Amino acid sequence: MTQMNRISGGLIDRSKTVNFSFDGARYQGHAGDTLASALLANGVRLMGRSFKYHRPRGPISAGSEEPNALVELRGGARREPNTRATVAELFEGLDATSQNRWPSLGFDLLAVNDMLSPFFAAGFYYKTFMWPKAFWEKLYEPIIRRAAGLGSLSGEVDPDLYDKGFRHCDLLIIGAGPAGLAAALTAGRAGADVILADEDFRMGGRLLAETFSLGDAGGSDWADGVLAELASLPNVRLMTRTTVLGAFDHGIYGALERNADHLPVAPAGKPRQTLWRIYARRALLCAGATERPIAFRNNDRPGIMMAGALRAYANRWAAVPGREAVIFTNNDDGHRTAQDLAAAGLRIAAVVDSRKEAPRSGDYPIHAGAVVIDAVGRKGLHSVDVRRSNGEVSRIPCTTLGVSGGWNPNVHLTCHQRGRPEWDAGLAAFVPGGVLPPGMTVAGAAQGILSTAGALASGAAGAVAALDALGRKAKPADLPRAEDAPVSLTPLWHVPGKGRAWIDPQNDVTVKDVKLAHKEGYVSVEHLKRYTTLGMATDQGKTANVTGLAVMAQVSGKSIPETGTTIFRPPYTPVPIAAFAGRSAGKDFRPVRLTPSHKWAAEQGAVFVEVGMWLRAQWFPRPGETHWRQSVDREVLATRKSVGICDVTTLGKIDVQGTDAAEFLNRVYVNAFGKLAVGKVRYGLMLREDGMAMDDGTTARLAEDHFVMTTTTANAVGVFRHLEFCRQCLWPDMDVQLISTTEAWAQYSVAGPNARKLLQKIVDPGHDISNEAFPYMACGDITVCGGLRARLFRISFSGELAYEIAVPTRYGDGLIRAMVKAGQEFDAVVYGTEALGVMRIEKGHPAGNELNGTTTALNLGMGGMVSKKKDCIGNTLSEREGLNRDDALNLVGFRPVQAGDPLAAGSHFIRKGAEAVAANDEGYLTSVAYSPHLQSMIGLGFLAAGKSRLGEVLRAVNPVEGAETLVEVVSPHFVDPEGERLRV
Amino acid sequence: MGYSGFRVIKEALTGHKGWERAWRDPDPQPAYDIVIVGGGGHGLATAYYLARIFGKSRVAVLEKGWIGGGNVGRNTTIIRSNYLLPGNEPFYEFSLKLWENLEQDFNFNAMVSQRSILNLAHTDAQRDAYRRRGNAMRLHGADSVLLDKEGVRRVAPFLNFDSARFPIKGGLMQPRGGTVRHDAVAWGYARGADRRGVDIIQNCEVTGFRIEGGKCLGVETSRGFIGAGKVGVAVAGSTGRVMAQAGMHRLPIESHVLQAFVSEGLKPLLPGVITYGAGHFYVSQSDKGGLVFGGDIDGYNSYAQRGNLPVVEDVCEGGMSLMPMIGRARLLRMWGGIMDMSMDGSPIIDRTPTEGLYLNAGWCYGGFKATPASGWAFAHLLATDTPHETATAYRLDRFARGYMIDEKGVGAQPNLH
Amino acid sequence: MLIPHPLLGPRDAQEFTYLGDASLIDRPDWQGEDAAAAFHDYLYQRDNPAGLHRELWFHEQGDRSWLVVTRNTLTHEIMGAELARDVARARGRGK
Repeated sequence: MTQMNRISGGLIDRSKTVNFSFDGARYQGHAGDTLASALLANGVRLMGRSFKYHRPRGPISAGSEEPNALVELRGGARREPNTRATVAELFEGLDATSQNRWPSLGFDLLAVNDMLSPFFAAGFYYKTFMWPKAFWEKLYEPIIRRAAGLGSLSGEVDPDLYDKGFRHCDLLIIGAGPAGLAAALTAGRAGADVILADEDFRMGGRLLAETFSLGDAGGSDWADGVLAELASLPNVRLMTRTTVLGAFDHGIYGALERNADHLPVAPAGKPRQTLWRIYARRALLCAGATERPIAFRNNDRPGIMMAGALRAYANRWAAVPGREAVIFTNNDDGHRTAQDLAAAGLRIAAVVDSRKEAPRSGDYPIHAGAVVIDAVGRKGLHSVDVRRSNGEVSRIPCTTLGVSGGWNPNVHLTCHQRGRPEWDAGLAAFVPGGVLPPGMTVAGAAQGILSTAGALASGAAGAVAALDALGRKAKPADLPRAEDAPVSLTPLWHVPGKGRAWIDPQNDVTVKDVKLAHKEGYVSVEHLKRYTTLGMATDQGKTANVTGLAVMAQVSGKSIPETGTTIFRPPYTPVPIAAFAGRSAGKDFRPVRLTPSHKWAAEQGAVFVEVGMWLRAQWFPRPGETHWRQSVDREVLATRKSVGICDVTTLGKIDVQGTDAAEFLNRVYVNAFGKLAVGKVRYGLMLREDGMAMDDGTTARLAEDHFVMTTTTANAVGVFRHLEFCRQCLWPDMDVQLISTTEAWAQYSVAGPNARKLLQKIVDPGHDISNEAFPYMACGDITVCGGLRARLFRISFSGELAYEIAVPTRYGDGLIRAMVKAGQEFDAVVYGTEALGVMRIEKGHPAGNELNGTTTALNLGMGGMVSKKKDCIGNTLSEREGLNRDDALNLVGFRPVQAGDPLAAGSHFIRKGAEAVAANDEGYLTSVAYSPHLQSMIGLGFLAAGKSRLGEVLRAVNPVEGAETLVEVVSPHFVDPEGERLRV
Repeated sequence: MGYSGFRVIKEALTGHKGWERAWRDPDPQPAYDIVIVGGGGHGLATAYYLARIFGKSRVAVLEKGWIGGGNVGRNTTIIRSNYLLPGNEPFYEFSLKLWENLEQDFNFNAMVSQRSILNLAHTDAQRDAYRRRGNAMRLHGADSVLLDKEGVRRVAPFLNFDSARFPIKGGLMQPRGGTVRHDAVAWGYARGADRRGVDIIQNCEVTGFRIEGGKCLGVETSRGFIGAGKVGVAVAGSTGRVMAQAGMHRLPIESHVLQAFVSEGLKPLLPGVITYGAGHFYVSQSDKGGLVFGGDIDGYNSYAQRGNLPVVEDVCEGGMSLMPMIGRARLLRMWGGIMDMSMDGSPIIDRTPTEGLYLNAGWCYGGFKATPASGWAFAHLLATDTPHETATAYRLDRFARGYMIDEKGVGAQPNLH
Repeated sequence: MLIPHPLLGPRDAQEFTYLGDASLIDRPDWQGEDAAAAFHDYLYQRDNPAGLHRELWFHEQGDRSWLVVTRNTLTHEIMGAELARDVARARGRGK
């Protein structure tokens, strides 16, 4: 197919032909094209359908503000819905599909909505679909949902990579048009660290779209020269294809760099996009301005676009929507488009200028005081109806219409910290308001300075001022002569008349809708937006908001500033969710913490489980074991019978040292630690200040002024933070130092009747670990395996004779291998967290399910441990009435009345004979396990006044699974309640 | 005149000439029986139920800006009653029942869409906790379904089952959970209240309380003094600022910013609301097709209605880990709301030490779903001076007495709730 | 956000963990008169100002110091940061 609407000139590279397809049809464009410019060049004006009425649409812009020309780009898992054709760079093989139409873009059955549009006025859905009641979810909503939405996702996993990065600079310049380039040149020559970022793939901004010269050069030539100099400066970083998406606190800017969206696929191992956090000491916003439409009947026909966009397509891309153009403008800039198009060989059928006085800009019909009142050509413009100043209406054939209603400065980033733009009556536009994000200033068109000379000068001055604020001197770069036309504009927001005139084309918000919103009292900007969906489309109101506001001002008889302002929220343009996630997705969502013997456990075929960030061995299946319970039962029985080894490295370890260490522990634990002897370990319960159990564990006294505390795996970080708070904020003069040593030591539990015998083969001779020399709750420094320093604690979670032995991390792998070898003669087993859990439930030790943040020492059966003779965290508030009721929950044990019946954690207790309703709820099962020892399920749980109810039979109800078990209330100590085994 | 399909058709055929204001724009009267401070969801609902259930018509709602501009207009629109504790569950179940009949009740289609909510479990302990919660819901008469991994796969086959850092082990589903068109809730209540005689007064900022002899006599406003037999304050994130004017400078509340996000419109993708159990991410799809999602609060005290990048990234990381198919969907807009985070994560609907002054606050980031019940219960308290039966636990003095309602079990640290 | 650490210079707020109002330093005397009420007020009641707020941040990914940061809750502007330990001492806390 020929590029029928490709004209001469432009900045495309005609030596490089690029093949692409749209809706299955094959086309050719050139390097430097966007999808939109290439389609226009190929005579394609119809590129999309609107959201509600499915109106046929073509592009109205040549930039990121595009609301109409949205396509699904690429195929398969890389399908990318709602992609703006106006910024999608053409690449070889590009494949795009139209969206939100069925069966085809040209023939869309849902366009019936357009004929029914009177029924679909703003907010219609709030007033109907209410009867019959059931019909909303069964009928209306499913239909609405299917009809709504724009493009569709592939449903597949995105195969591309996304990266994140951090950059720092003195001055971040946002936008590389004339203002941004002048600023970068000024700051760059002064030696400042500069980042110049622009969303386009080629820097130069509006200079690329204009024909006027800067000094002796063309605009784009001047830009190229400046860019070459900037590229040579080591202190300047040029970031093309980079959208600064938001201004966040303290000079931190988010930016999205599209590394590979212009390529068929990203190079292997390279990211598709990178999310940058730019830490900028100062920022200069040079984001330019966006042209705005004038609303008139059927102003959404394909072929109608912003006059400046039409000019950009012609000048930069050498592409036009058609050869016969009409311009409709309320300002002088529209005439510039007419001049450029005429020079490019288009026939200018008319310039329709709404002002009474229109400049004689060229040799074509100029109608002053005239307006376009209608556009004809459903799938492509073929004529417009113009009403002259004398009231005469005539139809003018044309294939494209350029509309200019003036320019809105791109103030978006100035609003990101909730700054409000201010109305500039001279420009008839909002300009940056008084309160900008700290460190940000604005230059050029974004500031409301619309001439090129003004933009250059303000950019240079902005850079000088920004550097001055940093204490650096700079002098403005020498700037070329440039056009300096004043803004000459008479506001015209919409052309009154019959029919529908679009304000927000994507969401199909028309002038009528704004009027209806006004009639119904939705007059504030927030109500207007929410009721009509004005400005809520993918362009976030870049072209629509101000016009909508102006129409509302007109119908309410107020000025625009009285009516309101509109502010913008990040991101500046939509950002893929994957880019915000970067590499933290899938398996890499969070880091993995492995214990030193992980490799060994993997060799044993361990099944691992996620415990916070840790991976822990859950059980170690042996050949022939097909169900996890077989493995776990074996591990439990073998441990209780002989000896088992378990990796408990993940428990938090905190080294506590100092002359006040004992007193410090006294205050953070409910029980006393002051008199704990050196060489002894004590169990401790720690409360939060609100009296709830925070954590528990053992603390060993290695010396007068040296303790080692253990915490639960889950709470290791939180407990350390809490202890530091106590140390620094509550008792700053205490001589106590804390350091987390969780990762410094590999630690193993060795439990079972043969635990000592096993350890005696490991522990170096000279360390007496006999029961007499090293009794229950002893601890000490030892050496193992011929001189390796280690710590030994005689503590037990399983209820057996047990030790925990710790060696420096480096030796964890070696130690467990040595212990397993030493244990062979005792048929030692290794066990995982499941067997650990079974044994602790058999022993009645609370763990995470019981320490759930809402249980007190009293609930846990440890009320007696709370010393009332000393201050400790949580002591005072644990005395509150509500925490000390007679019917407070107590931790007790439960057994099914019928051995063999199941138990499920999370079941609730109901008295026999009582109805299973909330009023009769008396507690809940927290932890259950199958006890191979008792050959029954057992459980721990909280029961109202449970301590006094041993022997009672209750219903453990589990209605969510339709189950129920009769249980007997028993002591939580199912195994060795007297604790004899652990003392032998 | 009421809204109906018939009326929409009639107006469509006659050029939409017959529509009138959705609610009046009255000037304030010198005094009312009851003045509600705050024209958000809770305040408007309170006024609506005061008129509709308790027969009070001399009621005004005072809003400093435009109604519905606070959290009711900036949330992730989720409704559910999947609570654990007896102080909460009856209240939220009452709320869900009110949602189910709301639109016919106030004659405004708020698009209540009970498309289910699914909370995912990733550990055995989480599954046990969900079983406990699901059972608590059942015992309170609510609906709940415990799903295993395959059950989750049937509901949401697109989730990451194969290469997840924290594999999905199951989930707790409430089929009656879902979403509501949030703005319509404010407008529907406003319209319903207005039609029953309530004055909704916008752009009327309360600048002080007239308190004499320990009794609140009315409020000073930017539009003059307005007398009141009783004053109810329902201002969410502004609670601290407003109550300080009434002399209550210290409350069990901190204001925090919660960000929320919406993607570009997409064709239907998600069956209902899904929440991640191993990261901070919850998501649903609006009727317009946008993915509406959120995560954690930013975590520092703020009144700024905007947040920062770390939480944006954290939320998207959660989303990508859970449902990697959304990677190429684009985040369109982010916004922040100010949450009245309480010290136990549960709300307060109670009298204050000042006679005639009542407080409705502490909704954390769960206030939207509570809107109907909160309005009803606050109306009940204002009208009868007794708490509604589902809201008896929401006392201001519960912290002093030790009756916290701490669903998460994280204690007196608001940013963790 | 960037937190101006008094020893380490500006640090990204992501290195820190937030706790809340710096009045949490002022833990009451457990043997004081009306200790129950004092502890309730200490733990549960907040000024929650819209404006300057003195608050505790823990440099968890850094030097493990607790800081008292003065920050404007309306604008997030940070006026300064001190070591909480120094603040605690200045408020009369000792051992």
